[in-house]
Amino acid sequence: MKNIFKEVVGGFYSLTVGMGITLREFFRKPVTVHYPRESLKMPERYRSHLIFTSDENGASTCIACNLCVKACPTDCIIVEGEKKEGEKRKSVTKYDLDFTRCSLCGACVEVCPTDAIVFSKRYNLAATDRQQFHIIDLCKDLEERNKKKAR
Amino acid sequence: MELHPVQSTGPQETFVLNLGPQHPATHGVLRVKLTMDGEFIKDAVIVAGYVHREHEKMGENRPWDQFLPNTGRIDYLSAMMYTHAYVGAIERACGIEVPPRAEYVRVITSELNRISSHLVWWGAYLLDLGGMTPLLYAFDDREKILDLLEALTGARLTYCYYRVGGLAEDLNEGFVEGTRDFVKEFRPRLKMFRRLVSENIIFRKRVEGIGIIDAEMCRKYGATGPMIRGAGIPYDVRRAEPYSVYPELDFEIPVDPAADSMSRYKVRMEEMEQSLRIIEQCLDRLPDGPVMAKVPRVLKPPEGDFCYATEAARGRFEVRIVSTGKPIAHRVRLRTPCFGNLSLFEEAARGMMLADGIAMMGSLDLVIPDIDR
Amino acid sequence: MTAAEPIRLLLFLVGAATFVGLNAAYLVWVERKGAGRFQRRAGPTEVGYAGLLQPIADAGKLMSKQLIVPPGADRMLFRLAPVMMMPPAIMAFAILPFSEYLVGIDLNVGLIALFAFSSFNVIAVMLAGWSSRNKYGIISAARVVSQNVAYEIPMMLVIITILMLAGTLSLTGIVDQQAGAFWNWNLFALASNPLMPVTFIIFFVCMLSETNRAPFDMAEAESELVAGAYTEYAGMGFGVFFMAEYANIVIGCAIAVILFLGGWHSPVGVFPGVFWFLLKLYFMVFVVIWVRWTFPRTQFYGLLNLSWKILIPISIFTLLLSAVMIKLV
Repeated sequence: MKNIFKEVVGGFYSLTVGMGITLREFFRKPVTVHYPRESLKMPERYRSHLIFTSDENGASTCIACNLCVKACPTDCIIVEGEKKEGEKRKSVTKYDLDFTRCSLCGACVEVCPTDAIVFSKRYNLAATDRQQFHIIDLCKDLEERNKKKAR
Repeated sequence: MELHPVQSTGPQETFVLNLGPQHPATHGVLRVKLTMDGEFIKDAVIVAGYVHREHEKMGENRPWDQFLPNTGRIDYLSAMMYTHAYVGAIERACGIEVPPRAEYVRVITSELNRISSHLVWWGAYLLDLGGMTPLLYAFDDREKILDLLEALTGARLTYCYYRVGGLAEDLNEGFVEGTRDFVKEFRPRLKMFRRLVSENIIFRKRVEGIGIIDAEMCRKYGATGPMIRGAGIPYDVRRAEPYSVYPELDFEIPVDPAADSMSRYKVRMEEMEQSLRIIEQCLDRLPDGPVMAKVPRVLKPPEGDFCYATEAARGRFEVRIVSTGKPIAHRVRLRTPCFGNLSLFEEAARGMMLADGIAMMGSLDLVIPDIDR
Repeated sequence: MTAAEPIRLLLFLVGAATFVGLNAAYLVWVERKGAGRFQRRAGPTEVGYAGLLQPIADAGKLMSKQLIVPPGADRMLFRLAPVMMMPPAIMAFAILPFSEYLVGIDLNVGLIALFAFSSFNVIAVMLAGWSSRNKYGIISAARVVSQNVAYEIPMMLVIITILMLAGTLSLTGIVDQQAGAFWNWNLFALASNPLMPVTFIIFFVCMLSETNRAPFDMAEAESELVAGAYTEYAGMGFGVFFMAEYANIVIGCAIAVILFLGGWHSPVGVFPGVFWFLLKLYFMVFVVIWVRWTFPRTQFYGLLNLSWKILIPISIFTLLLSAVMIKLV
């Protein structure tokens, strides 16, 4: 009998403690970020799809050496390059990333001898069409960025 | 006062209830076929395999280091420990000495990952029991851990941060301070969690004495982690088969002999505190130096059979690799903890009421992709 | 009865129906906003200022959805269940005295009529669960019935305690006896029953259980039974259950205010009015929301144990105690 009484009173007390905690949280500020209206800055090392870096002329430093293609676990990179007149190294003509297969592991970035590819910080990646992510054209992307910069 | 479940009476009509593959309590695509007698579970059959992705096979058809991103996707909630086991196995095979700084950083990130994993479990368990608010509180704290790890590794869940022979990158600026701040902030939060939930009478009534899984049953099904520690056996890979720098660290292995859902709950809550202790010690001792050993460009482990086990958030995760001396594995065997933890559900759930069965299933802390791999 | 009386009653019922609809819609908003604050989120913010138009958007969505009757279900009962849910709730509003003047009919058996109406919803939920040909629904229907049977008893015992104090079944009569400042409220009628606050808590627990609110939401237990009896309902079929749930919460809280918290009388003894009634009513509703977002759900047998082993003995004890006290004083 005494135990029952103790359990009922103790149990009721534990409930009031819980309600006290939630009430205190009730009057504190929300911790959420209202995404489309405000957004967070991505950290330095954030990994989104690959983009080209560029030298001072705005050209890619990629030498189409295919190391990243070999390092990729999911075979999602296609690189083509050609040797231009009067240049020692190859330069890239086509760099396609199949983002639907990329697992963002970073093997390609680590293996790149000229640091031509880095991870972008684009996280607003959404499309109504799956095709948009099948091929992300890095050369075109670099051109567009150069254009924007020129403007 | 005895408030034990009443027993079902006599032979009656039964019906089959499909719990899942889409059901709020199964946390993913697990299907359990229940034969019900009213509210009582007469028989339970687990149908796993809905998210089978052939991880083991994938390990066998690519160079050793290209399997790394997969390891984080087996159990996405404790990716660090899984990657650790895989790189550990290759390091053991190749005889690579990992620099001490890398080992300490591995332990710090693993333990942070363990806390974040336990926080997800805590919130999801309370959600199973019908209380939604704790989930949001847990995610509030988990978010801080994920922010730290995101700044360090660049990803929030599938880190792929360890490399064979060390780490992908050294610590970023602010990680040590951020982790110290988190440890300081998280201790009072744990206390708050205890007062909000662990001492709550409704919660205690739902888990105390429910879902008894004793040491014998754990042995039979190979359940590990908080399951077996909740059954009173102090088995923890970090102590039983010491790896990394764990032998140098001072921490306890929480054990509770009651073997019910509450004891598994208590073990996990206590583990979070022990993880905080480990993190503090590692931060104090963190040496300087390189984070990457000298590793050959193409890995070719010598012929043979190698094992490496880590204590993941859900129990013993073991990688066994069979190498034929080639740059591609002959066999990668993954022993995942959730498979053993789940398989005892069929036996343990017999005779329970539906709501109790769900309270027990929640206390197993299942990650479905980890079962199916 | 004058000629104007039926018209007045009709207007009152139309008003009550409007109130029930709007109130349910905006209680959903309050609940979501409140839940957000308890969980340190913002709640709905997008539709209108602070999400104030959210209920209208929700209603539009629910109404435009197709009403699906699952194959093999009992068509008539399946359709009938939501319809049966609503009228008792609206009828109950005709009896509730919002203030001295704002009352539909001042029945002299008001309290009994009120409970007759409010215990009607169990039949609707049971029919919904049973007719939808869903195993989760059937389990839910069985739970609802035994839960309501168990909690009706302590609730009635508590009400008898109040009745002995008041000596009348008329709701306005009960409220009028609590006129004056807050120490005249039945909650603080310690002279005639020192355990009155305990009685109030028992009443509150029973009220939560009768309205199927957390932590006693056995019928809807989403982590076990998906959505219980409402699993198969789509569109406005589900919307009506939702509205009725909130209407029942308001009725339950209104009864608590009338029986224990002095109805429309102000706590300081001056300026009585409908304002005070609504203030107390919505405070009680807030407490209901607060409880829901704090606790996990009880286990089913735990719920029955609580009723039969704890609440009923205590309420019998308080009943006898107040009988003795009233006789002595």
